[in-house]
Amino acid sequence: MGRASSKEDAGTLFHSLRSAYAATPLNLKIIDLYVGFSIFTALIQVVYMAIVGSFPFNSFLSGVLSCVGTAVLAVCLRIQVNKENKEFKDLPPERAFADFVLCNLVLHLVIMNFLG
Amino acid sequence: MATMPILPNMPALDLIKSFKLKTKQQELLIRVSILCLVYILAFITRLFSVLRYESMIHEFDPYFNYRTTLYLTQNGFYDFWNWFDYESWYPLGRIVGGTLYPGLMVTAALIYRILHFLRFAVHIREVCVLTAPFFASNTTLVAYFFGKEIWDTGAGLVAAILIAICPGYISRSVAGSYDNEGVAIFALLFTFYLFVKAVNTGSLAWSLASAFGYFYMVSAWGGYVFIINLIPLYVLVLLITGRYSMRLYVAYNCMYVLGMLLAMQIRFVGFQHVQSGEHMAAMGVFFLLQVFYFLDWVKHMLSDTKLFQAFLRITVTCAVAVGAIALGLGMLSGYISPWTGRFYSLLDPTYAKDHIPIIASVSEHQPTAWSSFMFDFHILLFLFPAGLYFCFKRLSDATIFIVMYGLTSMYFAGVMVRLILVATPAVCLVSAIAVSATVKNLTVLLRSKNKGVQTGSTKGSSSSKASSKALLDQSQPFQKNGAIALLFGAFYLLSKYATHCTWVTSEAYSSPSIVLAARGAHGSRVIFDDYREAYFWLRQNTPPDAKVMSWWDYGYQITAMGNRTVIVDNNTWNNTHIATVGRAMSSYEDEAIEIMRSLDVDYVLVVFGGVTGYSSDDINKFLWMVRIGGGVFPVIKEPDYLVNGEYRVDKGAAPKMLNCLMYKLCYYRFGEMLTEYGKPPGYDRARGVEIGNKDIKLEHLEEAFTTSNWIVRIYKVKPPNNRW
Repeated sequence: MGRASSKEDAGTLFHSLRSAYAATPLNLKIIDLYVGFSIFTALIQVVYMAIVGSFPFNSFLSGVLSCVGTAVLAVCLRIQVNKENKEFKDLPPERAFADFVLCNLVLHLVIMNFLG
Repeated sequence: MATMPILPNMPALDLIKSFKLKTKQQELLIRVSILCLVYILAFITRLFSVLRYESMIHEFDPYFNYRTTLYLTQNGFYDFWNWFDYESWYPLGRIVGGTLYPGLMVTAALIYRILHFLRFAVHIREVCVLTAPFFASNTTLVAYFFGKEIWDTGAGLVAAILIAICPGYISRSVAGSYDNEGVAIFALLFTFYLFVKAVNTGSLAWSLASAFGYFYMVSAWGGYVFIINLIPLYVLVLLITGRYSMRLYVAYNCMYVLGMLLAMQIRFVGFQHVQSGEHMAAMGVFFLLQVFYFLDWVKHMLSDTKLFQAFLRITVTCAVAVGAIALGLGMLSGYISPWTGRFYSLLDPTYAKDHIPIIASVSEHQPTAWSSFMFDFHILLFLFPAGLYFCFKRLSDATIFIVMYGLTSMYFAGVMVRLILVATPAVCLVSAIAVSATVKNLTVLLRSKNKGVQTGSTKGSSSSKASSKALLDQSQPFQKNGAIALLFGAFYLLSKYATHCTWVTSEAYSSPSIVLAARGAHGSRVIFDDYREAYFWLRQNTPPDAKVMSWWDYGYQITAMGNRTVIVDNNTWNNTHIATVGRAMSSYEDEAIEIMRSLDVDYVLVVFGGVTGYSSDDINKFLWMVRIGGGVFPVIKEPDYLVNGEYRVDKGAAPKMLNCLMYKLCYYRFGEMLTEYGKPPGYDRARGVEIGNKDIKLEHLEEAFTTSNWIVRIYKVKPPNNRW
């Protein structure tokens, strides 16, 4: 496996991923956008913590964990709403969304208590 | 004309006949009535000590829990959460709000408030005494649902019955044992049930419920570390055995993130979920699951497998490298603390004996003997492997979980006696599977029809599968008789189990420890209530700001019942402070008085069993005082107190032993005491020898109080002489 062929491989990989992703339905893409946004927010907070120090550690943790938590919950929602998943075909998407909202509510209430 | 009815025309009988239930309803009625009876049974079997003695709190630790619950009901949650206790660990004090697990106290206070709201004016002590049996009954219900989830309703019922009377659980949840474990085992089983339900259904709601169950467990007991390590281990096993599924992803992620956040609300736990080595497994599995999901998603999107293989290789190596580097950096820089001694001694049982004598000295932390296993589990001990066999025959996500729970908890139960409690629910569930499956197979055999009758009626219809299952093999004519015999054997075993459990509960696990009972010369029962006598003497006859020095075993009881400040108590958070007390107890009186004056000690309390033959007294615990004191102050050397490696208190004892403070305080004026007929005065009934130093003079202390059976002895520290 020479250098050039692995680079080629990476290129084909990238293109095939891109084309496959373009085919996903719109609602899933919205959820993916939300996940990306929250991970990005978490990264900003980590960079900020690296610059300023982590003194109120509970505040830092609650900020980062709220982003990571909501991202993870959004991924769970995506799994449950995705029509291609055989295991969840009996689950109505409204129920999935209601669960998502409930878990987020609990998450953010705990975060608000933990923020200090 | 219609035929005359056989029975007279009674409207009541017609009413009962109209209640003729269908089979399904009959089954539901039987199940509900069994569960109700089991619920009541679990409660009443734990009431032996309340009926024999009185409704009081047992042992040592429950007194602290009782005192904090009392404080909570009197002062409200905010004061409780921010409580700084200046009455223990003088002069250091203790930040109670940040160093306890509040679940038990909050639960009891909640039950107390509900009862008061309903106008039942009970005292908080009654609620505390009966909290553990109440939660034991609730545990039987959870065991039923868990058994139903893993196997079927039959196994659930048997599990509920087994766990209702299992001695391993009863030992820590009798009425009066107001300790964290009473509530924690309920929380443990509840969390596991909710998590298995979440994995089976893949629903976010059940995962949220399991996160709340985990939160309750974290608030109740330090043993939550078992959950936060078993569940990631279970996820890892599922991943390795190729059972990765979306349901697992949803269940674990939601539970981990929400559970971790909720757990960090408990001040005692603090940031351990991100900083302690014991919790890193959960985080590692969390990231591993993300990698799995990502790879699964990419595999789903790519149609070319070769391309995917290349991608897989790159990602996996990157992920493993990043993970290893992060973990290594964390541990090296000390950010991630290594496993604490308490839990490290579970992995390496010899660690505590060499390094942390305080952990090694607790009697419940000793390794378990086979007799303890038999005593606490009885027939479950051989039903457990049988149940494992059945679980392996029908592997599913749920049965893999119970197998793992059973095996890991049995390993830990072998390391430490106290952890038999954690193994009990697993053993009961797995044994219930064995019992239920066996009894079901046997009864199916009994209810089947003969082969000859069946072949005439069926014509290769859909019922052929059912009929073949129920067919008797003609070559084994006595199969039905064999089945009946085996069923009788099974029921005999189960009835023996019930008898054994009740006997064990009655004889071994229902003693309050603070009140001792013995048989007198004529067989009558003699009660020794010396502990409470001494504590109430302290409460009524000493100044309110008096400080009492005793060994740490009695600290909680002195603060709760005697209401006086103590130097050290059962929390054992400060080893140096305990070592100071140990050094004082093992030094000569002149050195000890210096230490006692530096700690502002007013009274010294010792426990002495020489007159009654009580063997858990301070002289028997003395070597631990020496070891712990010597661990911090090298001036105390254990060989000084031994003669040829032997621990003696008679004439041949070491001179340091005969003159140390503990010896003097325990045996003061004992030399004149006649304890047994035919033995010389000063005969120590607990050690079985005549003591060596009978002529004891105390210079800096004076005897303040000795209880009626000489079990507790209190001495007052004399103020320094006037200088002239």
